[in-house]
Amino acid sequence: MQHELIFAGFGGQGIMFGGQLLAYAAMDGGYHVTWIPSYGPEMRGGTAYCTVVIADQEIGSPVVKHPGIGMIFNAPSFDKFVPMLQPNGLLVYNASLIPQQTERQDLTILPVPATERAPTPQLTNMVMLGALLTAKPILSLEALKAALEAHMPSHRRNLLEANLAALQIGVQLAEEALERL
Amino acid sequence: MSRELLKGNVAIAEAALRAGMYAYFGYPITPQTELLEHLARRMPELGRVFLQAESEVAAINMVYGAACAGVRTMTSSSSPGISLMQEGLSYIAASDLPCVVVDVMRGGPGLGNILPSQADYFQVTRSAGHGDYHPIVLAPASVQEAVDLTVLAFDLADQYRHLVILAADGLIGQMMEPAELPPMRDLPAERPAYALTGAKGRPPRRIASFYLQAEAEEAYNLQIQARLARIRQNEQRSAEYFTDDAQFLVVGYGTVGRIALSAVRQLRAAGVPVGLFRPITLYPFPEARLRALAERVAGILVVEMNAGQMLEDVRLAVLERAPVHFYGRMGGAVPMPEEIVGALRQLLPTEVLS
Repeated sequence: MQHELIFAGFGGQGIMFGGQLLAYAAMDGGYHVTWIPSYGPEMRGGTAYCTVVIADQEIGSPVVKHPGIGMIFNAPSFDKFVPMLQPNGLLVYNASLIPQQTERQDLTILPVPATERAPTPQLTNMVMLGALLTAKPILSLEALKAALEAHMPSHRRNLLEANLAALQIGVQLAEEALERL
Repeated sequence: MSRELLKGNVAIAEAALRAGMYAYFGYPITPQTELLEHLARRMPELGRVFLQAESEVAAINMVYGAACAGVRTMTSSSSPGISLMQEGLSYIAASDLPCVVVDVMRGGPGLGNILPSQADYFQVTRSAGHGDYHPIVLAPASVQEAVDLTVLAFDLADQYRHLVILAADGLIGQMMEPAELPPMRDLPAERPAYALTGAKGRPPRRIASFYLQAEAEEAYNLQIQARLARIRQNEQRSAEYFTDDAQFLVVGYGTVGRIALSAVRQLRAAGVPVGLFRPITLYPFPEARLRALAERVAGILVVEMNAGQMLEDVRLAVLERAPVHFYGRMGGAVPMPEEIVGALRQLLPTEVLS
């Protein structure tokens, strides 16, 4: 088993932490996992992305040319990364900020109005993660919640309930979107 | 013991202090700055020395001083910063002092960029400064290996009274991966016999890096060479994947070593008998084992994030035993597994491919 994901959007959408949280949940579940941030000459408001690989054996390459799962949070990332997704991959995208569509017919595509339905814009990542694990349970939602409780930095613990609520919103949005597919 | 999700830079920093590092001196530079940042918080907590120097030149000379005082000491930087340290590295080596230097390599030459690279291979393995010597050079391919090799680096430095360089690349520094940290070691109760501790009540000791007479300097050089011969004899380390029945071999270290593992697995899944040899020590280069493997493969592909530097050591080890080919990316570009598969498919003899 190996899953390769890219999380892409702009700064402030929780791109890095979204990927890290999934990595924590994978580690706690006994899997091998790597998390790599983009760290070029980044600027505020620019594109941020991270790559997560989860596997049940020692991970070779932590860099991935064609990720199987795209978690796309903004329009520039949609244009940049959707063409790179693996054939027959899964695309979860933030429909609140992404008006465009892709011509690719081979992907499973899940539009999620994540930013508008998130309790706060900063929780967009949790809505997206809830949607991902509902559409494709590469890890269980319970494992992700447990990882959130276990690894949330202490100065953010007051936001735990809001994060859990946002995850649940993502679950609901994914269920609705899957019905429409 | 529990695993933690750690960034490579942070893991190296924490492993160093747990290995008994008493004094750290450094200067920020991407992609290794989190290492400095972690120690800026942790070392004062432990009552140890953290100092952000005014430059890399100052930092390495502070390490020189701390090593003279007989404590475990370290600095870290990235490629252009390591260039600045060259004189200090040579002085430390010529004073028989143990210390650890971390190089989280980035794109070059010049200011280059902050992306991953292995273009410092020559800089760290050939001498690291002027004069006839080599540091011991260790190259981790994962965060766990970065932790383990950091501890080993301090132990080897003390064992041989020799400079040890941990040569990581920007990807290892920036990546997060589960790893288990070593237990916290106590600081040694006593300083080593060579340490300059103030000569009160005992004869003075002397540490210097010069001998004005040719005979004396040559005699000292012979000592270094004898030590290097022991290091070459005892410390060659490498890892192997699918080499038992391999008819073609890929050689790569650090990040490239693990990317090549994905390429080798892809080809193995297609029934192609390729294997991977991953040097862990870059100096001493694991030539004995590579030479043995070269006897029984049809060819070797060296992959690096540079224009072909370790390639020279592979050729020296292999000589005429097997043809040696090269695939490299430069300037911060990271080779993808598909590229390595492509390079291998072009090289593999048709009888191996079919």
